[in-house]
Amino acid sequence: MKNFWKSGDPFIWLTAGGLAFSLLMVAGLVLLILANGLGFFWPKDVALLVLDDKTAVMGQVMEREEIPQPGAPPGTPKKYRIQVKQGNRDIYGQDFAWVDESRIVRRERPDDAVVIERREWGNLYGTLKEVREDGQTVGGGEEGWNTLQERLPQAAHLLAEIRRIEKTEIGAINHAQEKIRLQIKKLSSQGRGEGPEAARLKGQLDALQAVYTEKETALAAHRKKDTVSVVVSAVGGQEKELPLTQVIRAYRPNVMGPGAKTAFYAAKVWEFVSDDPRESNTEGGVFPAIFGTVMMVMIMSLVATPLGVLAAFYLREYAKQGPFVSTVRIAVNNLAGVPSIVFGVFGVGFFVYFVGGSIDRLFYPESLPTPTFGTGGIFWASLTLALLTLPVVIVATEEGLAAIPGGLREASLALGATKFETTWRIVLPAVMPSILTGLILAMARAAGEVAPLMITGVVKLAPALPLDSFWPFLHLDRKFMHLGFHIYDVGFQSPNVDAARPMVFTTTLLLLGIVLVLNLAAIVLRNRLRKKYALGTL
Amino acid sequence: MPLETRLAPDLHANASTETPESIMVEIRTLSLWYSEKQALKNISMDVPKHRITAYIGPSGCGKTTLLRCLNRMNDLVDGVRTSGTIRIGGTDIYDSALDVTDLRKRVGMVFQKSNPFPKSIYENAAYGPRILGASDRRELDQIVERSLRGAALWDEVKDRLNDSALGLSGGQQQRLCIARAIAVEPDVLLMDEPCSALDPIATAKIEELMMTLKNRYTIVIVTHNMQQAARVSDITGFMLLGELVEIGATRDLFTNPKDRRTEDYITGRFG
Repeated sequence: MKNFWKSGDPFIWLTAGGLAFSLLMVAGLVLLILANGLGFFWPKDVALLVLDDKTAVMGQVMEREEIPQPGAPPGTPKKYRIQVKQGNRDIYGQDFAWVDESRIVRRERPDDAVVIERREWGNLYGTLKEVREDGQTVGGGEEGWNTLQERLPQAAHLLAEIRRIEKTEIGAINHAQEKIRLQIKKLSSQGRGEGPEAARLKGQLDALQAVYTEKETALAAHRKKDTVSVVVSAVGGQEKELPLTQVIRAYRPNVMGPGAKTAFYAAKVWEFVSDDPRESNTEGGVFPAIFGTVMMVMIMSLVATPLGVLAAFYLREYAKQGPFVSTVRIAVNNLAGVPSIVFGVFGVGFFVYFVGGSIDRLFYPESLPTPTFGTGGIFWASLTLALLTLPVVIVATEEGLAAIPGGLREASLALGATKFETTWRIVLPAVMPSILTGLILAMARAAGEVAPLMITGVVKLAPALPLDSFWPFLHLDRKFMHLGFHIYDVGFQSPNVDAARPMVFTTTLLLLGIVLVLNLAAIVLRNRLRKKYALGTL
Repeated sequence: MPLETRLAPDLHANASTETPESIMVEIRTLSLWYSEKQALKNISMDVPKHRITAYIGPSGCGKTTLLRCLNRMNDLVDGVRTSGTIRIGGTDIYDSALDVTDLRKRVGMVFQKSNPFPKSIYENAAYGPRILGASDRRELDQIVERSLRGAALWDEVKDRLNDSALGLSGGQQQRLCIARAIAVEPDVLLMDEPCSALDPIATAKIEELMMTLKNRYTIVIVTHNMQQAARVSDITGFMLLGELVEIGATRDLFTNPKDRRTEDYITGRFG
């Protein structure tokens, strides 16, 4: 027995077991996310379930689970129920229904079952009755389906045009008007509210108002063109007429081939990563959240990296090593263990209220009491996360500095280089890979962090991206969306939990993907630097 | 050099028997303490120009410390105190008005462990000139070629100047360090056990190189290896416990040591 322990075999088994267990846990997590996340966009068949009371349910089968039968004697046959996504929330009141399997008399797969994705109220399930234009039927049945497919691009185009006028053109006018109003407010706060300058500004405002009215008319004209509608009869006999501009896409999953389904899947995935969210985030895309996450991580990196590197250089290269520096080092390391919400509270108290409030009083007094920087925003959130990830950067850089052989510094000093020249030309390039390691860890942490963001600037739905075409293009004061918060919001705050749940997994998958891409980019860069500044055997 | 002092005969009655030479480094009553521990005790000696001066002695006897006094690398160690004077080319190097980086540009150093920078071969050789402000590419090319030739490395690396210096063998790396040191044309070249990590063939190459380098530079070398001192040096000093026990022409010191402790050491009775 003693020899067996001495041989080292049990230890090898122990280490291998530890590794296997860790891998299994991680693989399980990733597999769960993959399995739940990837299947969400695949078009499921529409089933028509006829029940024993002659009523019917039409929809996509989402889930099947056992019905618990407490107290039943052993040997009782198991009972199951299935969850059907029946849609038509405006008709039935809820999108999802549980159906007891024992009540199902007949299951059908009707070829003409249509699923229509709407901009509001979720999916519509039923059969296509007809397409109407100005109240006149232009096609019914199979012909109606073809007409619908023909007319949909036109409707989408019309809607895009209306959106463009609303958002870009009228948006620009609103933006300009708001700026002039602030200038006028500023003038009147200086007591020059009636002067020639104010009059000139008011003139500009009137001119803009004229343009605005013009655009409004154009918009109304466009809206009038929205005359085509589609009529769908749902199970149960109700009919629903829907303007075509409300339709995102219509499809008949029961007659789609694998090719069509794949194309559909790709289109849905693209919509997910490139579109705005709809239906309180349970449908549509998450583009603003992707954008906000990446941008916040970048601002965070731009702040945390230089600060952390400078701090680490002082600690390791210049400070006299002693009890005080050791204390500082321990304090910095322990900072990484402070709960992130504490950083969030600090961010709100210091950045938002103190710094942001001061900026508002100094530079934006005309907007007060509406805060500009004195409220949560992407800059404050990024700074808070920079603070949170600073210890990671400092520790990684310091360790890198400690690993650089002292002989390198001596060699440079012995050639007559000053300490600064040595640091700049020899130490900094050599420590670069370690800095990037720190950055990788910091980015991964920041991208996944939610708690401090919730109170420093993340919102459920941001009306505008922090980067747009209006001067000064980068709006650091804006609130933003973030994938981590999106997951929390969709998963736990959604009014429609059943519809939102698959989004949780897809969004998680996306966040994992983004963290992976950010990390890979940094790793590639680090490896190139390592090759260039390989420390070899030194 | 503006001021060249003659070898003081009373200090080194048993030193070189050759004609009086010009002196490059002049050490007088040098003592050094690491905090409370005295590492060098009242050392006085001269290093003649264009000669190889070697220090031998057991580990911890202070030879490296003495060497590192000559370019003030000991300044980097906390709690070092020195007394006495060192003049190099007539300049007091512990003068508070002296810029230590200027001193180090005149006194090059090669370390025990080869320590090329993690850069290309070219950039290693060009590092010193760049620090001095050279930026003209053609000028740098010339300096790099001259110093690599000077270190007998040119023919081996001329086709891969832009490769990493860390891809070179140990002996080549050490010669690159020598090239790097002589690129700035120092007056004195300090070598701290330059061959201790090398195999005999690489060692032989470096020793050969030292013999040619001494025509241009004054070399001070610290070595563990008595045979090496006997082979390459003109003058050898024996150090023990921070004292310079004996110094003299190499042949004299090895064949006819004056001090009993020197004799014991070179005959292998201790050390």
